Amino acid sequence: MAMRKVAVVGAGMTKFVRRAQETGKELAWHASRMALESCEMTLDDIEAVCLGTAPDSFDGVHMKAEYLSDGAGAWGKPFMRSYVGGGTGVFTPIQGWYHVASGLFDAVLVVCEEKMSSYYPHGQAAFMTIFDHTTERPLKPNLLWIFAMEMNRYMHTYGISKKDIAQVAVKNKRNAADHPCALLGDPEITVEDVLNSEVLAWPVNRLDVSPVSDGAVALVLAAEHVAKRITDKPVWIQGVGWNLDTAYWTNRELAYPRYVEYAARMAYEMAGIKEPRKEIHIVEPYDPFDYKECHHLEGLLLADRGQAPQLLADGVTLRDGAMPVCPSGGLLGVGNPIAAAGLMKVAELYWQLRGEAGARQVPGQPKRGLAQAWGDLMQVGTVIILGTNP
Amino acid sequence: MTNKFKEFPGTPLSEGDFKEGKILFYHDQMKADFAWDTGVAIGSYLAALKEGYLLGGYCQTCRKTVIPPRTVCEWCFRPMDSYVRLEDTGTVNTFSLCYVTWDVKRIKEPELPAVIEIDGASPLHGIMHKLGEVDPEDVHIGMRVRAVWKPPDEREGAITDILYFKPFKEGES
Amino acid sequence: MSLLERNPQAPNAWLGDLPVTSRYTAGIAGEKFFRAMKDEGKILGTFCENCDITYIPGRIFCERCMAELDHWQDVGTIGEIYTFTLLFENLDGTQREEPLAVAFIRMGDGGLIHQLGEVDLEDISIGMPVEAVFKPKSKRQGSILDIQYFRPLTE
Repeated sequence: MAMRKVAVVGAGMTKFVRRAQETGKELAWHASRMALESCEMTLDDIEAVCLGTAPDSFDGVHMKAEYLSDGAGAWGKPFMRSYVGGGTGVFTPIQGWYHVASGLFDAVLVVCEEKMSSYYPHGQAAFMTIFDHTTERPLKPNLLWIFAMEMNRYMHTYGISKKDIAQVAVKNKRNAADHPCALLGDPEITVEDVLNSEVLAWPVNRLDVSPVSDGAVALVLAAEHVAKRITDKPVWIQGVGWNLDTAYWTNRELAYPRYVEYAARMAYEMAGIKEPRKEIHIVEPYDPFDYKECHHLEGLLLADRGQAPQLLADGVTLRDGAMPVCPSGGLLGVGNPIAAAGLMKVAELYWQLRGEAGARQVPGQPKRGLAQAWGDLMQVGTVIILGTNP
Repeated sequence: MTNKFKEFPGTPLSEGDFKEGKILFYHDQMKADFAWDTGVAIGSYLAALKEGYLLGGYCQTCRKTVIPPRTVCEWCFRPMDSYVRLEDTGTVNTFSLCYVTWDVKRIKEPELPAVIEIDGASPLHGIMHKLGEVDPEDVHIGMRVRAVWKPPDEREGAITDILYFKPFKEGES
Repeated sequence: MSLLERNPQAPNAWLGDLPVTSRYTAGIAGEKFFRAMKDEGKILGTFCENCDITYIPGRIFCERCMAELDHWQDVGTIGEIYTFTLLFENLDGTQREEPLAVAFIRMGDGGLIHQLGEVDLEDISIGMPVEAVFKPKSKRQGSILDIQYFRPLTE
């Protein structure tokens, strides 16, 4: 395929907070402006804008993209929203990538926003609207049901304990203590804290879950000739992939996310990666729940099935391990403003690969990272691979 | 995160900031009432529930029996071949003990949502429902369960025509 | 029965709603804009020097150049009807006894959507100058309804 090379050249983000005073537009603007300033570009240099944001119910605004467009710098430009549930935050830069790779645009602003606190009293209730209105919603499901049941099936299939999984929450919340935008960073948290937090939907306890949050993140993507003019450290998009499983979520294997594997294989092939476990140096898999990090590492073929918790026990996925996983602190630690959380992971790779992640910097000059998000009715996987080489 | 940025924007608020009137805010509610067409297959599924049985669909090409039924097989993208009347028994594929309601209110006695693989459907093909008449401690993956139906005159053609699934031992009716 | 035929015994529709309840903050700009309305009966805008645009209601950023805007100004309470409509039905589709006049009132480079009052419906015209009528201060809550309506400007 004759596609142009695309680089990430700038990034910005707001703090992730439980309740922001800023409107969604204002959050989007803060992130967008910071991304532009980070690479000394102006809105005039931007040829198109890609926006990602999850269900309209959270912000309580229909046509959320149009509502957010001024804050995202979309005035008078080609503009489009992408939405694939929780997978949106990694899909939106993929949309930005093909805008540039196709040759249509040379510089694109990618913005993701979520203001979940607008759903009142509790954002989790908005998720009721994702279940089938006729065959499932009359049972009054909480979103936790499907996660708890998927986690239970995962633990049962491979004989994994809650304690094994709680280690992931501990790792990520400790990592997040070094993130200036984090909502739930805690350097002192222990496995006992997680196991002793209240049970929400067994096997899920409160600290197994990422918090609902408000926030926005933005990236600037550019074609090769522009990127090289802007920075001597462009971070290249080497591969992208996305995939979807059946919406009949009770009609499939819950212990293994095959759709994530398909998305990963698509991205690995594009990036020319034959042995992902050796060739990926940093991983930012989607971790709205702690077991999901394990589930996704397996789907990404970065761990054997049922063996992801062992990688953590062996120290492999710690920030100074052989394959750091969620060095940002992930959704569990930084927060989970849905679409913004996914893009935060891509921004983290950008900072890590440029050596700009400050206290979070993983050692050893990493050359390649993978970010992945996931969503809808546990059915969509979105994957992006970034690297220092084009 | 570059050296340019020491401070990150965003103004966190506490619940108190709202209660004490420190900031301006507005409550509103979407008026979103719907009449969703049941469609052909789900219409038949609901009609079967009213009659007191579970209805699946069969695809001859994929040799799959799915539940709930649908008119198109999403794997081969051909029309499904026929409806299949299924048993109202099944096996717990997975479950949870949930201590919060859909709108995040705490409850003392957990709800017991489960995915139940329905007898007669293809492996791993189940529906989401709730378990009842069982001590939460005793629920386990692989548990055999049977639907407990509302009395016929109270059924309305809804998934809630099944009150819940309860455990049974093979050979018991 | 064919699988593609509708079962005549089947219910046609399933009734339900989307239970979405929201609490919106006014935001950083909204806080300033609506406080001024509530406390001082003023309408505030912000000015972008780069783009020479006055945003009304005021915003904290310029959507054309992304600059931060902190130049707030009192823009007065007078505007001009840019366009209007007469509503003969309520939101729920019922007939109104009196039509409701709603207008986009141009102020600076922006403006407000609001109701018109103290005016004969026959007399409303595009280009007509109008002024905001505020509720008494004790009744104002920091909302767009702190303006009761706009009425024709009388000299």
